[in-house]
Amino acid sequence: MLGISFDQIGFILEGMGWTLVLSLMGFVGGALAGLPIALALSRGGRLLRSVTGAYVQLIQGIPLPVIMFLCFFGISIAGFDLPSLVAAGLAMTAYASAYLGEIWKGCIQAVPRTQWEAAECLALRPLQRVVHVILPQAVRIAIAPTVGFLVQIVKNSSYAVVIGFFDLTYSARVVNNSTFKPFVVFTLAALLYFAICYPLSSLAYRLEKRLGRR
Amino acid sequence: MDDIVRFHEVCKSFGDVQILKGVSFSVGRGQVVALIGRSGSGKTTALRCINGLETIQAGQLHVCGREMHSNTVDLLALRQEVGIVFQSYNLFPHLTVLQNVTLAPRKVKGMSRKHAEDLGMQMLQKVGLEERANYYPEQLSGGQQQRVAIARSLAMEPKLMLFDEVTSALDPQLTGEVLRVIERLAQDGMTMVLVTHEMAFARSVADQILFMHQGVVWEHGNSDLLSRPATPELQQFVANGL
Amino acid sequence: MNYEFDFSFLATHWRALVDGTLLTLRMSVTTIVLGFAFGVALAVARTQGGPFLRKAVVFYVEVLRNTPLVVQAFWLFFGLAALQIRVPALAAAVIALVINVSAYTAEIVRAGIESIPRGQMEAASCLGMSRWKVLRLVVLPQAVERMYPALISQFILMMLATSIMSQISAEELTAAGYSIQSDTFRGFEIYLVIAVIYLVLSWFLRLTMGGLANLAFARRRRLKTTL
Repeated sequence: MLGISFDQIGFILEGMGWTLVLSLMGFVGGALAGLPIALALSRGGRLLRSVTGAYVQLIQGIPLPVIMFLCFFGISIAGFDLPSLVAAGLAMTAYASAYLGEIWKGCIQAVPRTQWEAAECLALRPLQRVVHVILPQAVRIAIAPTVGFLVQIVKNSSYAVVIGFFDLTYSARVVNNSTFKPFVVFTLAALLYFAICYPLSSLAYRLEKRLGRR
Repeated sequence: MDDIVRFHEVCKSFGDVQILKGVSFSVGRGQVVALIGRSGSGKTTALRCINGLETIQAGQLHVCGREMHSNTVDLLALRQEVGIVFQSYNLFPHLTVLQNVTLAPRKVKGMSRKHAEDLGMQMLQKVGLEERANYYPEQLSGGQQQRVAIARSLAMEPKLMLFDEVTSALDPQLTGEVLRVIERLAQDGMTMVLVTHEMAFARSVADQILFMHQGVVWEHGNSDLLSRPATPELQQFVANGL
Repeated sequence: MNYEFDFSFLATHWRALVDGTLLTLRMSVTTIVLGFAFGVALAVARTQGGPFLRKAVVFYVEVLRNTPLVVQAFWLFFGLAALQIRVPALAAAVIALVINVSAYTAEIVRAGIESIPRGQMEAASCLGMSRWKVLRLVVLPQAVERMYPALISQFILMMLATSIMSQISAEELTAAGYSIQSDTFRGFEIYLVIAVIYLVLSWFLRLTMGGLANLAFARRRRLKTTL
């Protein structure tokens, strides 16, 4: 059909599956690492903030493909022989942690100072203040940009193609190499990415409108 | 008759709500007309019809010889002859005071930079702000910004000036400087229509005062109108000191 | 870990790194200039145009922002090859980047345009300015000045994105890394150096664009405030 076989379409869909896996890995890893980063950036002492800030600047100033390469070669230097999924996952985690950390820092800081004071005046202990008063409000503010960033994660997972990770982009390229039907193949790949990303973008936009108003 | 503005049974609605229900009045050359009334009476809407910011649905409106009720009016040409000053000044923040004043003469009338700047400085002198020519709007007080707005409109050498509650957004101590400029313009013979809440000022500077109520000209007269209101509505308006 | 770091490739292959860096810079500057111009045009079309034009721009922007740059680049590069149209890899790369960046720029500038208070546009048109003059003299200068930080960030992201153009044979910095690596097998060290070069490029680009902003926006330079 259209010059590519059903087998090949299946191959591409399999690649899409791995894109989803990598994206999920990146998001979960990035979230787990990003939360402490966000807390360090917003509430930490001078040294902690400098170090964490430097980490974020570093990651944000290097292209993701280069981070992928560093993880790939770094892992083999460290003596491990692991599938490229691990390197890609590590790279996506580092990438996501820096951006999510910064996004969430902004959300924590967006909670008005007066809320912290009110919580303190109600004799809540520091951890209680964070958990019961600040985080619920910060989370509300964070939902829209976080969903928005999820779109970035899915799109940028395609950079794993540089280390030969078998994702949607890689599988499309392989099929193109054997069929020489780039418009069909890459339009299909684009449609599949679009099918994942556009609903998420729309959701983020609607959430922004609904929850953005304070 | 040498009327600059002539309203005849003008009606204007916004959607289902009719704001102007048959407004009729005229403004002669060199006259100063004040429109007063409560909010919602239609005075600002009537003013905005004069330079085409609002279109009318019925009646006739002539401004500077043009028929505003037809849809062939060349608004750009009209607006070179009719200047307007807004309640919120609307100065261009990215330009200096002088640049604000010279922008239209240069870009619309094609004046040379030198000529426009000379004209601009003249206008700024008229409003007493020639020393602030190279300042940016955000560096000026509200009263100063409003005077720049007046200079900006004057630079186009209009035949008619419209003022839409130009002192309402100002701190009380700043209104004086703006009112004095308007007074001077009146003395120099500029044809003006003012929507204002400043009753004392209207009384001292206006040749005609029009009290608008429920979308029509309820009462009109000269500056004595406010001391001898004929209708209960105007009596109450004056009593409330609005 | 018994690994001995070896940076000797710097002595032998520095030329390739310099060439790659210069090409990355050239690609970035070209893309910024063209992408910015095209993006502004799209934003104007979106805010001033009729319903058909507006929908077309929305479609264009949504497609480009919800699909990966890599896929767009592959589509263009392999597509042109299949059509037997010979385009140098560099040109294809720049075209793909310009198209991609224009979509993001269009959204940023559109937000800027929509943030200008209506009162200013009213005042400008009441001074006799036509719609296009109002746009050119009052709206766009302020919109661009307001959105300048967002635009700088977007262009830096684009510079970093030139890295993936190595996949369509453009010989920029990341591609240089790949070729040195296949020569010397010192992948980690090579990409470490390349990472540092990108960091320097990011910093340099940000400084330059910030300087240009100061030059272009006299008010910002004199008053040191934001619009």
